[in-house]
Amino acid sequence: MSLPEAARQALEAFAGQASWEQRARLLMQWGDRLEPLNEEERNEANRVQGCESLVWLVAEQRDGAWHFRATSDARLLRGLIALLLVRVQGLPGEELARLDLGQWFNELGLGRQLSPSRSNGLNAVLQRMRELVS
Amino acid sequence: MLLSPWRSAFPALAALAAEEQTYLDSAATAQKPQAMLDALAGYYASGAANVHRAQHLPGERATRAFEATRTRLAQWLDAGSPEQLVFTHGATEALNLLAYGLEHLFGEGDEIAISALEHHANLLPWQQLALRRGAKLVVLPLDDRGVIDLEAATQLIGPRTRLLAVSQLSNVLGTWQPLPELLALARAQGALSAVDGAQGVVHGRHSLSALGCDFYVLSSHKLYGPEGLGLLWGRADALARLRHWQFGGEMVQNADYQSAHFRPAPLGFEAGTPAIGAVIGLGASLDWLTRQDAAEMAAHEALLHAQLLAGLRARDGVRLLGEPQAALASFVVRDVHSADLAHLLTEQGVAVRAGHHCAMPLLKRLGLPGAIRVSLALYNDGADLERFFRALDGALELLR
Repeated sequence: MSLPEAARQALEAFAGQASWEQRARLLMQWGDRLEPLNEEERNEANRVQGCESLVWLVAEQRDGAWHFRATSDARLLRGLIALLLVRVQGLPGEELARLDLGQWFNELGLGRQLSPSRSNGLNAVLQRMRELVS
Repeated sequence: MLLSPWRSAFPALAALAAEEQTYLDSAATAQKPQAMLDALAGYYASGAANVHRAQHLPGERATRAFEATRTRLAQWLDAGSPEQLVFTHGATEALNLLAYGLEHLFGEGDEIAISALEHHANLLPWQQLALRRGAKLVVLPLDDRGVIDLEAATQLIGPRTRLLAVSQLSNVLGTWQPLPELLALARAQGALSAVDGAQGVVHGRHSLSALGCDFYVLSSHKLYGPEGLGLLWGRADALARLRHWQFGGEMVQNADYQSAHFRPAPLGFEAGTPAIGAVIGLGASLDWLTRQDAAEMAAHEALLHAQLLAGLRARDGVRLLGEPQAALASFVVRDVHSADLAHLLTEQGVAVRAGHHCAMPLLKRLGLPGAIRVSLALYNDGADLERFFRALDGALELLR
């Protein structure tokens, strides 16, 4: 399975970043690139439940492929969401269902962000994404 | 630099240090002394057995060790007779035991008073009891320091109040609550009282006989003991008002197919096999604690706490929640999301707690989505605080 171009760039940027400062700076930069959600879209129906931060996720189908937009009030979580979206953007439903996103975050060196004890919201976003596309 | 003479008694501290982890989350669960690990290993290695059932040697040995812990706890808490101590599977279960065991005393329009700072464990059992019985949950407000407002409490605890349930030491604000005054208010109205001592019992010695409450609950794992174990203490006449709530082995005196008679407290409220190993382990932790100098421990904790507060107050934009008096401090930083701060402290190996601390209504009332909590124990030292502050400064520099 070939990586989308943005995902390839993310991998290049994150792989091999040993210092927490570098990873944090990169996450914040990637978070700033998220497509914005307007005021109306940041509504209760689009809220991802189960996060201690506020997170909104919107899923749309365009020509049989899924397109997501999401944001959060927490900056580092925005970065994590951006890294998630670059991997899943534009995939058809079956391909998305098969994708091992844990593996994707491991490759980025961010696997711990998905550990079950984390309440940072990334797991909740994944869960919500699966519900939306199923 | 403040050193902890007790640190070396806790093997986990060295193990965590080897992983570059600074443990500042003891209000969630405390690390365990070697003495407890030895007692647990000793019990299982020499032969586990059920208690109060068998006449064989391992059964007798287990029962003796199990009951010895009850006696030790009664002494530790100045709690009167060991018969007044019921082992549960946690402080949460002890509070649920109360909410079910006392249910028959509540009717339509009766009131249960709790405070605005209660942990979910001392909120939800009462909230649900109120819903079951058509009773009313009355929430005592706090003052700016994070202490229950006595003036308001005097108005709110009234003739319809059947029970007062409050924390001794807040798990979010680190404030001691004015228990003597509150308990007197409840007593004057003929209401029962329950104190959640989960945090308070860990910091300082308290005399339950002198405290004046009807019930007191605690959990072992915060008191340097194993998990899966809590305790309910009650005055003898208060315990007698509890109805049995869980049914099964050992709590029964006489059983027929269609009816049964149950034992009184404590065994009548310890249905099924208790957490025998955990009880024995807690006994060993208490033994160890008893051998330490209580005044020295209190002074160490007070000094560490003062250094924590001073460091937080010295930092620009840091806002403490309430005015913490012991054990812990929760804070937020202006223009910085707590989740971001928590993320970066975790990245730097600082183990603190972020979020709502199982007190969602309190955080909502403070208008905060979450906060960071740093909590201390005997084994923490000045170097732990130094690492925390270095990590905090590094994180804030990045985020601002």
